[in-house]
Amino acid sequence: MSGEMTIAFKLNRRSVKIKADGERMLLWVLRDDLGLTGTKYGCGESQCGACTVVINGEAVRSCRVPLKSVAGKEVLTIEGLARGKALHPLQKALIRHGAIQCGFCTPGMILNAYSLLNRKPVPGPAEIREGMEGNLCRCGCYGRILEAIASAAEEMKTGRTR
Amino acid sequence: MSETRQDAEVNLFSAPAEALGRRDFLKWLGPGLYVFFSTEEGLLLGQEARGGGRGYPEDFNAYLRIAEDGQVTCYTGKVELGQGIIASLAQMLAEELPVPFEAIRMVFGDTRLCPWDGGTNGSRSIKYFGPALRAAGAEAREVLRQLAAETLKAAPEKVQLEKGTASVSGDPQKKIGFGLLTRGKTIERHLPKKPPLKPAGAFQVCGRSLPRRDLEEKATGAARFAGDVRLPGMLYGRVLRPPAHGARLKNLDTSRVSEVPGALLVREGDFVGVVHPKPDLADKAMERIRAEFDLPELRWDAQSIHEHLLAAGPRENVLESRGDLARGQALAVEHFDEIYRTPYVAHAPMETHTALAQVGPEEATLWIGTQRPFGAQEEIARLLNLPADKVHVITPYVGGGFGGKSSIGQAIQAARLSRAVGKPVQVAWTREEEFYYDTFMPAAVVRIRSGLDRDRRIVYWNYEVFYAGDRSSQNFYNVPHLRTAARGGWSGGGSGPHPFGTGAWRGPGSNTNIFARESHIDTMAARAGMDPLEFRLRNLTDPRMIRVLRAAADRFGWKPARTPSRRGHGVVCLDYLGTYVAAMAEIEMPSGGGPIRVRRVVHAQDMGPVINPEGARMQIEGGIIMGLGYCLTEEIRFQGGRIDDLSFSRYEIPRFSWTPKIETVLVDNPEIPPSGGGEPPNVGMGGLIGNALFDAAGVRLTRFPFTAARIREKLA
Repeated sequence: MSGEMTIAFKLNRRSVKIKADGERMLLWVLRDDLGLTGTKYGCGESQCGACTVVINGEAVRSCRVPLKSVAGKEVLTIEGLARGKALHPLQKALIRHGAIQCGFCTPGMILNAYSLLNRKPVPGPAEIREGMEGNLCRCGCYGRILEAIASAAEEMKTGRTR
Repeated sequence: MSETRQDAEVNLFSAPAEALGRRDFLKWLGPGLYVFFSTEEGLLLGQEARGGGRGYPEDFNAYLRIAEDGQVTCYTGKVELGQGIIASLAQMLAEELPVPFEAIRMVFGDTRLCPWDGGTNGSRSIKYFGPALRAAGAEAREVLRQLAAETLKAAPEKVQLEKGTASVSGDPQKKIGFGLLTRGKTIERHLPKKPPLKPAGAFQVCGRSLPRRDLEEKATGAARFAGDVRLPGMLYGRVLRPPAHGARLKNLDTSRVSEVPGALLVREGDFVGVVHPKPDLADKAMERIRAEFDLPELRWDAQSIHEHLLAAGPRENVLESRGDLARGQALAVEHFDEIYRTPYVAHAPMETHTALAQVGPEEATLWIGTQRPFGAQEEIARLLNLPADKVHVITPYVGGGFGGKSSIGQAIQAARLSRAVGKPVQVAWTREEEFYYDTFMPAAVVRIRSGLDRDRRIVYWNYEVFYAGDRSSQNFYNVPHLRTAARGGWSGGGSGPHPFGTGAWRGPGSNTNIFARESHIDTMAARAGMDPLEFRLRNLTDPRMIRVLRAAADRFGWKPARTPSRRGHGVVCLDYLGTYVAAMAEIEMPSGGGPIRVRRVVHAQDMGPVINPEGARMQIEGGIIMGLGYCLTEEIRFQGGRIDDLSFSRYEIPRFSWTPKIETVLVDNPEIPPSGGGEPPNVGMGGLIGNALFDAAGVRLTRFPFTAARIREKLA
């Protein structure tokens, strides 16, 4: 194999340095080398969103992100979203709304929504729907996820204005 | 046919044919198997409750353990697939054993710790496991009462049990926690006469929307699925996949595997795999294998398969028969003869089939994302030639199953690789493999011949179903002259008429049978010039069905009209293993034909006492969404054993934008025991949306999915 290199980036607000083939996809480095299994494999071709992580504020599909491309960037995975025991409003909202069944798509859903709210703090229902369209949930929690995101956005807005 | 036999049938065809020789097939099958028969309900009830060969244990200690600190562990061979039994089963236990709901921790699908179970399928956890669990809780409660009476030196009838504590009425000083009574040990004492279960009217814990403990873990990424389990020294494995089911390996070149440092080749005849310490590098190693296969003749495709199924002519199993069809025909003034066809549909759970196997010479431990841990234990034991009790199957959270994770082909691959390399090996199927090895909902055909008399009552009904099986095929309308027959079941596989494996798909058979019957009923209503709800009510006497229909109509605001009314309103009603459903929908169809948009679904469900209403609503909403998939887009395209839809870019499942407004009505019914709720929501969707489509456009599609192309073709 080629391309063994040392790549430094921020992972969940901490600096990490990893020596690996830079062509490997971030998903597998996270799940195996770094032991962060909250990021899921669903399809390996950007079709389902289960592997979504946030890089520099933007949701991306980690199954298609070469490790070398995250050098110097800030990567956020589901494990880094809560602050200590305090869950992020999106996490609380999905739990509160019963928007989780098998839970396999959930980390990707939450991080995609996180990036959506970064871009658009108070999205309308159609904007949420559109922004989430690329994430698949076979259990069919869509309606509740939409409600949960709207409710989290509301909570975050109130939090900010306070 | 016993429950375990039925399971054998499922896993037989679920294992990738390539991983097994024909002899293995026969060995697994055993003699005398076959065909999936009627009176399923009675069979299941008897077997799951008492055990057909293997059943639920009598000893209540198998189901629960009270630790010294009062923490209660509840053991079940069922698994948590997202359906929420983590709350509802704990509620059923807490209903009989007076401990706080919060004190109960659930252990799922661990073959060493949990009582045997036939599998998490058929919406049976509440209906069949629930009573066994409650009985265990009730007996434990009464034994605890005796133990407390002895310890506190009081008469048993003076002992009050509440929130995990025993106290003596009138003497508040005298009390003791359950944990101190049991000291965390097995309770040796048993009762000669089992105490009765609480009637539904007395429920205090059941019937409440108590929270699911798994949701927080799932929202933080802490929840462990099979692919998240790590063992020291473990490897990741991939197995060579043929281009088509039935293909045979001809030439193999593995010389380039060594280009991936650390990769190890495993070969046992046609079983060719690689292992590597990194999952993605195992993929890279697999990509370097060049293989040529001899392909079988690729006959039948999604268009021609139904003729093939009809021609295969399996043995007929008459499910019900009354009156005299010839006499019914003579009485009829309108006759109907329709054929309904349904395609192969994939399960497509978000978590692909995944397993980690640690196989040693004497024993094996496997972590499997499976719906059948005990079935898997037996299959793996046979594969490894070990006694079943030397195979320990552990089931972490399962990332969706829908029937598809009754098959454990991935665990067989992992076990073979682990045995070969002497290290733990994890196999997580790629999405392509997930589609390829899936045990699809079988393509099926239904023919219905029926007639109406002058009073617009159904006077005869001749129903034949091919390859969907009997579930939900029986007619609950009042029909004096009737015959229902099933040919072939919903399992299948290479040796049956199907070119690849088929199996249980969220309500096996019912999606097909209900689609056919309810479409046909609608066709009859239209020809009779009647509103489809009124037509149904005219031909029904079952008060439960009438009530659930009225409940749906009230919520929907159903206004009677002859179809097609151009409003896009549809109705369906059904009986799924004793759970009754009526649903109504409003769809929109752009002029000129599809794609259909489903705007609103009202779903009324009578499943007896509801254990966790919010959990039930989540299941209903999810089932409706999942059902929309086969209504609108889902259909596996194939050529013989070659599956052409191997990705989400070609096989489209429901998305956010599809989500209709969903309103659920949980019909209160304390008269029957708690019944299943996870499958009834999706099994009526084909009939519901097909009927709404007819109402919208005057177009009757007799096969799903109702794609824009099919609608336009009909309109032309």
